[in-house]
Amino acid sequence: MRAADALMESLKAEGVKDVFGIPGGANLPTYDALVDAPFRHIQVRHEQGAGHAAEGYAKASGRVGVAFATSGPGATNLITAIADAMLDSVPTVFITGQVRTELIGTDGFQEADILGATFPFVKHSFQVTDPRQIPEYVHEAFHIASTGRPGPVLLDIPQDLSRADIDYVPRTEPVELPGYKPSTEGNIKQIRIAAKALANARRPVLYTGGGVISGNASEELRELAASDRFPVTSTLMGLGAFPASHENWLGMLGMHGTYVANHAMDKADLIVAIGARFDDRITGKLDEFAPHAKVIHIDIDPAEISKNVGAHIPIVGDVKKVLPKLTREYRALQTDPERLDAWWETLRGWQREHPLRYEPGRDGEIKPQFMIEAMRRATGGDAILTSDVGQHQMWAAQYYGFDEPRRWINSGGLGTMGFGLPAAIGAKVACPDELVVCLAGDGSLIMNVQELATCVSADIPVKVFLMNNGYMGMVRQWQELFWERRYSAVEMGPSPDWVKLAEAFGATGMRCEDAADLEEMMDTALRTEGPVLLDVRVAREENCFPMIPPGYAARDMVESPRGVSS
Amino acid sequence: MEAGTPRSVKLEDLHVPGQLSGRKHVLSILVENKPGVLARVAGLFSRRGFNIDTLAVGPTDDPSISRITLTLDGAVHPIDQVTKQLHKLVNVLKIRDMEPEETVAREMALFKVSAAVENRSEIIQFAEIFRAKIVDVARRTMTIEVTGSADKIEAFERMVRPHGLVEMVRTGEIAIARGGGD
Repeated sequence: MRAADALMESLKAEGVKDVFGIPGGANLPTYDALVDAPFRHIQVRHEQGAGHAAEGYAKASGRVGVAFATSGPGATNLITAIADAMLDSVPTVFITGQVRTELIGTDGFQEADILGATFPFVKHSFQVTDPRQIPEYVHEAFHIASTGRPGPVLLDIPQDLSRADIDYVPRTEPVELPGYKPSTEGNIKQIRIAAKALANARRPVLYTGGGVISGNASEELRELAASDRFPVTSTLMGLGAFPASHENWLGMLGMHGTYVANHAMDKADLIVAIGARFDDRITGKLDEFAPHAKVIHIDIDPAEISKNVGAHIPIVGDVKKVLPKLTREYRALQTDPERLDAWWETLRGWQREHPLRYEPGRDGEIKPQFMIEAMRRATGGDAILTSDVGQHQMWAAQYYGFDEPRRWINSGGLGTMGFGLPAAIGAKVACPDELVVCLAGDGSLIMNVQELATCVSADIPVKVFLMNNGYMGMVRQWQELFWERRYSAVEMGPSPDWVKLAEAFGATGMRCEDAADLEEMMDTALRTEGPVLLDVRVAREENCFPMIPPGYAARDMVESPRGVSS
Repeated sequence: MEAGTPRSVKLEDLHVPGQLSGRKHVLSILVENKPGVLARVAGLFSRRGFNIDTLAVGPTDDPSISRITLTLDGAVHPIDQVTKQLHKLVNVLKIRDMEPEETVAREMALFKVSAAVENRSEIIQFAEIFRAKIVDVARRTMTIEVTGSADKIEAFERMVRPHGLVEMVRTGEIAIARGGGD
């Protein structure tokens, strides 16, 4: 069998149904084999789009996302998506064509050392040097991408090797890699110590991250929180793992987190970090972070434990396996049900006195926070929401109210502008029966706007709600607050006519400039067949608060522009 | 009561173990002998800001496995974090943080020293004291091979430097556990 056909068979054996990509010279054999393969292939318009679509696919469904690209620029265009998948632990397999074996190292046409270029950004990568390796490497790539802490795996196949003839033997046996054995169970002794520490905690907080979602452990988290009245906060990546409508929910923590969540961390005596990694956007000034707290850290990646914040009780394991054990051990203990009363009283006081708030818009002005609230009402919360990166992303995290996992898809670690639209394509392909809405910023959307062509040509009816303030809003906010309002290269005008742009691509374009029309226009957009872009003109210089200025601690949080002293 | 778990865990009794050991560490790393493995290891060190003091790579008794021996300063880097990051590389099979008391560590160095006729005998004496070997003699220079701990090699360097050190080449340390293995 031709190796390229064996590649298709191997992907099929891994359960692949959908692939995103673009052909080129070096992966012509792959694309020739694709003609007869039973996959839905989404022909995107830029390889970065293929990468983010694969990520959106994986985040929405939990299945491995797959993207194809050719050698050289095709492969290098994937790099941003690969790095994004690495930082957000997204299970993805990237398959690149490479120049013919005899040209490798000669600076041949469209040659790029994609393996060397992506070493820092991949969980693992394979250079095929013998066509017979392809089935084995594919099998290993999917195993590595989807187990342990998930991440991107790259497979680079020289063009001539794709055309070679090999004996294809399906690989279905369990993968045995001597250097790769994730610990999943969690040390039961450590779990017992953790349960007993929780029993003695008077000001505990469950601090959860994206690991709860990628570990499919939302139910297990809810059980743990329910085993006592444990307050729960989450990182940006963990939103939806715990319902925002639950009474134990404190809101997101970190730089744009709620007052109560950040002050809970500041005053906590015990923090249970669950699939979270104490990123600088969470901790702020590291040596003033959670000064009174002991730390239980549960993570499948041992290298995250004590990387940024020292763990008093480390537990290495899969959150889905560790959390039920912790809940069981905790429930078996004699605990004082009233010991958390005072803590909850404090937390409720903070919630009452420092809720999320904004000045309502006047004279039809659309406040961005109002736009998020309107989106929540228009979708009933029953949508997969993808997002670009910037102010709109933070406002969505604050105001949308995510109740279920895998419904909030955005770029957290790398903070990749332009992520939202291709990620929405991926999510819609993975979950065709779900409503998929992309919340875009005007600075971000333009970075991958070419994927509107993909939506139209491949009939992927995503709804793009554009929060258009004519700025790269978050950068503008920083320049306003911390750089004496010296605006530098943040103005996006004159903006494209987004309605005409959508129409030029063959999508439906709509514009909303008055708050009174917003919800109705959103409803119309959601009811309209096919891809729709709704350009929402929001208040231009609104700032996203609360905010902990970079390098400061939770108690330095500012809640309004008046609170900022530069 | 389960064995090994205290009856109650008081929060004030919990501590985070210290991260910095304050001494030199020799890591002996077994890796798969595949292309790009050294680049992955070296890249990891530079990306994470870990400074390698010495690095030696060579084959093992199994041709599919190579050994990387590297030394780094535990006063600057949390060794635990270094080894955990290394373990994330799929091609890394095993890492041993060699215990100094239970380890024989050796490095080899070649010294090319200016050796005029009048000070040759002194250099030869140094070589004898350090149990070094003279491996090349030319009209104006002598080349001496020294094997030993890094300290010994540095001591030898201090002795010959006043005579004029033309060039020095060091291998980086390699190490093996004392006694009958694990």
